[in-house]
Amino acid sequence: MTRARLVASHVFKESIRDRVLFAIAGFALVLVAASVVIGQITAGQDMRIIKNLGLAAIELSGVLMAVFIGVGLVAREIERRSVYNVLAKPVQRWEFIVGKYVGLTCTLLVNVALMTAVLFVVMAWFEWTTPVEVTRGWTVPALDPALLKAVVMIAAELLVLTAVALLVSTFSSSGVMSAVLTLGVWVAGHLSADLRMFVAPGAPWLTTLVHMAGAVVPAFSEFDIKAQVVNGRPPVGWSVIAVTLAYASAYITAMVAAAVAVFTRREFT
Amino acid sequence: MRRGTTSALIVAVAAALMAVATLDARARWFPVPVDEQRELYVADGRLLAHATLGFDAVAADVYWIRAVQHYGRDRRSLTYEGRYALLHPLIDVTTTLDPYFSVAYQFGAVFLAEPLPNGPGRLDLGLALLEKGLAVEPDRWQYAQYLGFLHYWHGTDRTAAARAFERAARIPGAPNWLQPLAVGMLVEGGERDAAVTMLREMTRSEDRWIRELAERKLAEIGAR
Repeated sequence: MTRARLVASHVFKESIRDRVLFAIAGFALVLVAASVVIGQITAGQDMRIIKNLGLAAIELSGVLMAVFIGVGLVAREIERRSVYNVLAKPVQRWEFIVGKYVGLTCTLLVNVALMTAVLFVVMAWFEWTTPVEVTRGWTVPALDPALLKAVVMIAAELLVLTAVALLVSTFSSSGVMSAVLTLGVWVAGHLSADLRMFVAPGAPWLTTLVHMAGAVVPAFSEFDIKAQVVNGRPPVGWSVIAVTLAYASAYITAMVAAAVAVFTRREFT
Repeated sequence: MRRGTTSALIVAVAAALMAVATLDARARWFPVPVDEQRELYVADGRLLAHATLGFDAVAADVYWIRAVQHYGRDRRSLTYEGRYALLHPLIDVTTTLDPYFSVAYQFGAVFLAEPLPNGPGRLDLGLALLEKGLAVEPDRWQYAQYLGFLHYWHGTDRTAAARAFERAARIPGAPNWLQPLAVGMLVEGGERDAAVTMLREMTRSEDRWIRELAERKLAEIGAR
């Protein structure tokens, strides 16, 4: 486990030095800041827009990081042939994969935490500069702790997506194809609720096929509680979040174990 | 197969099964109420037409699929609150994005006019949708025919149904059975004089069977 931790630590240090990470994080921060400006040109919906854009920026930047850094986690090591040096050392292949996964998830979680902090600072500043008569009309408080529920769900979604990117990274040799495939899984995951409810009249086999596809792709649609949290209705209970996190844990375990299975079968000559 | 690979595969399959079971449990424990699970963020088709950057036909297809899914889901739903709430906006956006989407006008109007629980029971919106289609394509007799059917099935005004069938029949290319249908509606609606006028007009038809039908009907109602 110590060796897996060392790999994770290495990935964390490497990824926070990655220029892609800075570009994405910079874009997200600009988006959060821009939400204040956009909020000014709306009629009475400014705080809602700041929250919506802020949460969207956190999610989108995380998705871009998970995809573009995640798909290169193993593939880049193989391409650079640095994987030979690592595997020549007493590092088990599963430790290598688990370490890679944990390293990137730490980077993502730090990014999510920082951006959430920035979002809360922006909201606090906005509330502070808004007249009391206006804030009294807000149905949901600016610094609503329930917003953290959405952040937790976004973080869980990103961890699942990273696990998918890691699995793709173990068998795909093309970076572009890996990114497209992972992004495709992300899109399909957001449509998974519709897939599971799909009914093709007169074609039960098609219905079953689509239901199976809906069960296989990650159920990202179940992680999306942004609108409920921002509107303050309907309240999202912690029990829903707990079950969703249990699902995320099981899915991540399946993806990482599959990545280990693929990676242990690979021959490096 | 290596031992490590086998173990990893077993873990992967077990975890995947657990994930599916958890997802299933979540859906059973925390069902999402019908009125809370959907939102239509952009309800202005003209705005969307600009935003889709030339992909308005594809966007229209997406909105039509959403409309059909929305209708089907709500029809199967046991929850009555908020049922079919998005049906009209979705169909309206679809037909604004693609004004020549004939199926959306025809089926959309039928969906809208169906009374509860099979539809929202908005005959007015269904008729307005078909009029919208006729404004775009005045030569599409099918829209006028659907107007007649909606008046007949869901309205009480047989004369309005007859007028719509007559309107459809006057459009070039319309089938010749529409005029007899209009007469039938007029008779049913108690508009004897109007029916007689239309039947007399039909006796001058180029189609032999229409002429014969008109003659027979005139004899039946004793207006010869």
